[in-house]
Amino acid sequence: MAGFREARGDLKLDSVTKAFGDFTAVDDIDLDVPRGSFFALLGPSGCGKTTTLRMIAGLEQPTAGRVMIGDTDLTGSRPYERPVNTVFQSYALFPHLTIRDNVAFGPKRRKEKEAAARADDALELVQMTQFAGRKPAQLSGGQQQRVALARALVNHPEVLLLDEPLGALDLKLRREMQVELKRIQTEVGLTFIHVTHDQEEAMTMADTVAVMNKGHIEQLGAPAALYDLPRTRFVANFLGQANTGVGTIKGTDGDHLVADVLGTPVKILKSRSQVHDGEVLFGVRPEKVTVSRSQPEGAGNDVKGVVRDVSFLGVATSYLVDMPSGATWSCYEQNLDVEPLDLRPGDAVWLTWNPGHAFGVPVDES
Amino acid sequence: MSSLAQVSQVAGDPAVHPTAPAPETQKRGWTAYLLLLPGALWLGVFFVLPLVQLATVSLQSRYPGFPGYYYRDVNLDNYVSALTDYAPHFARSFLYAGLATFLAFVVAYPLAYAMAFKAGRWRNLMMICVIAPFFTSFILRTFAWSQILADEGWVAGTLNFLHLLPGGHIINTPVAVIAGLTYNFLPFMVLPIYASLERADPRVIEAGGDLYANGFTTFRTVTLPMSMPGVLAGTLLTFIPAAGDFVNMELLGPQRGKMVGNVINDQFLAIPGGYPVASALSFTLMAAILVMVFLYVRRFGTEELV
Repeated sequence: MAGFREARGDLKLDSVTKAFGDFTAVDDIDLDVPRGSFFALLGPSGCGKTTTLRMIAGLEQPTAGRVMIGDTDLTGSRPYERPVNTVFQSYALFPHLTIRDNVAFGPKRRKEKEAAARADDALELVQMTQFAGRKPAQLSGGQQQRVALARALVNHPEVLLLDEPLGALDLKLRREMQVELKRIQTEVGLTFIHVTHDQEEAMTMADTVAVMNKGHIEQLGAPAALYDLPRTRFVANFLGQANTGVGTIKGTDGDHLVADVLGTPVKILKSRSQVHDGEVLFGVRPEKVTVSRSQPEGAGNDVKGVVRDVSFLGVATSYLVDMPSGATWSCYEQNLDVEPLDLRPGDAVWLTWNPGHAFGVPVDES
Repeated sequence: MSSLAQVSQVAGDPAVHPTAPAPETQKRGWTAYLLLLPGALWLGVFFVLPLVQLATVSLQSRYPGFPGYYYRDVNLDNYVSALTDYAPHFARSFLYAGLATFLAFVVAYPLAYAMAFKAGRWRNLMMICVIAPFFTSFILRTFAWSQILADEGWVAGTLNFLHLLPGGHIINTPVAVIAGLTYNFLPFMVLPIYASLERADPRVIEAGGDLYANGFTTFRTVTLPMSMPGVLAGTLLTFIPAAGDFVNMELLGPQRGKMVGNVINDQFLAIPGGYPVASALSFTLMAAILVMVFLYVRRFGTEELV
């Protein structure tokens, strides 16, 4: 078909900016997504992730910058010229066509032979074969979601875009589809770009997560790396929970920085802190904090607090502890001990953590 | 043990439960019928009774020699007359109404499309412009068209000046009638099409582009089919009244070659003793339109209308 570009390779965004009037939705983004990877764009609503996705699809044109697949510059080309397909948030199935015709739509437009047979194969991949003759309105949300996926996959796009594809499903179905999506991605080996505001979903499925905020990419990396060592305050708080406190760096102790957080001295590995003097936002993840009744000996960092709330979760117990600084920390203890701690609100406890788990990020930015 | 026995006893007691909910349901049933009553009365008095009256009149016979007097009869000659003497009028009615419906569709679709997708902040103003003609009477508007299309008017004048008007007239020709019908029923075409386009999810149309359909193909395979309920409703709302219309023919049309609406009008009001034939014509027109609409909806209909 005329105009169609048979591009192959990694997806690259080169200084891409998108402005709507005065509002800059996406601000000078660079991205490099290796071919065949599962890439998540994670961020709160309004952070520019969907706009980024729509620029890759060609549904929006960037104000500046280039969108490339391999060596082919796709900037300015129309959606139907790109080897890219989208699974829309609302599924956007064609209401007047049967499920089979919905899925066969792409292959038919590309004048492919046996479009119907290809559609049936794709429906089999998402286990929707028995619904091929129905209309979209006769399917449930989860079923429509599978059809939308099949309708995009059938074209074997170089890049598959997923715009909050699981957002409308209930929790159980969402979990199932997460596993299913990952299975399909491994099976077909296509590049998946998954836009979501659900950090758990992003971490479960993606090889690489890019956390977006206010049109920028805050941090990019493997889920475990992002969680372990956030580089900005936003990432620390958006990706999982973090116990944080603003402190001032007072000096160094070997490999560690020593900071004073409202009277409590804390240590951060130099390599784990983004700032090395002045103010720092100290942070440590809830599950890295140990709760005990007495001050443990030889522990790295500790601080005394008062239990505010105890939630028994089965596999774990979650504590909220009021700190001397006035902050409330959250601690997450696996229920491994034979003798449970049996803490009650009002009990005094010692919180300890290995300084190697602490991180420091700049205080500014919300 | 004892509590179990108790439960089964209560559940098994026939005196307590079965009769209790009955009055409640009955009451609710009556409320629904009471609410239906005004509408049903209205339909009965102003639709069913006149229809029955019309049916009996259409079968009456004249007293020979006493124009304007009838007796009750089962006289199918009225229908024979309607179908033979007035067949050309029926044909004209359906032809003109069909052409007007087609033209209204051609004008209305781009207008509705522009209103739904391109108008932005002008949308409400365009909507007002579509509806505004309803603030003046149908007759007045048609009179206005007789001025616009008159021989001295600028339309005919310009066309004559350019030698583009064979015959030299627009007014009092079928062209003027079809133009009038198109104009008068245009809003009935625009509004349902607009409603169905406006309701269409823009993401679905984007999905067409995403799946390798260019602008025109997306329109042909996605947008147009999605708006079919509106198109269907619009064509029905235009064709049905246009086929029975007589005002446009009366004010804009030629002296000879009338439509069936004019014949019915004349038979009822101008020709003494015309009632049975007029009634038979009305019934035939109604039946013909019903059959056509049925076939049309069977062919092009979707599950829902608008």
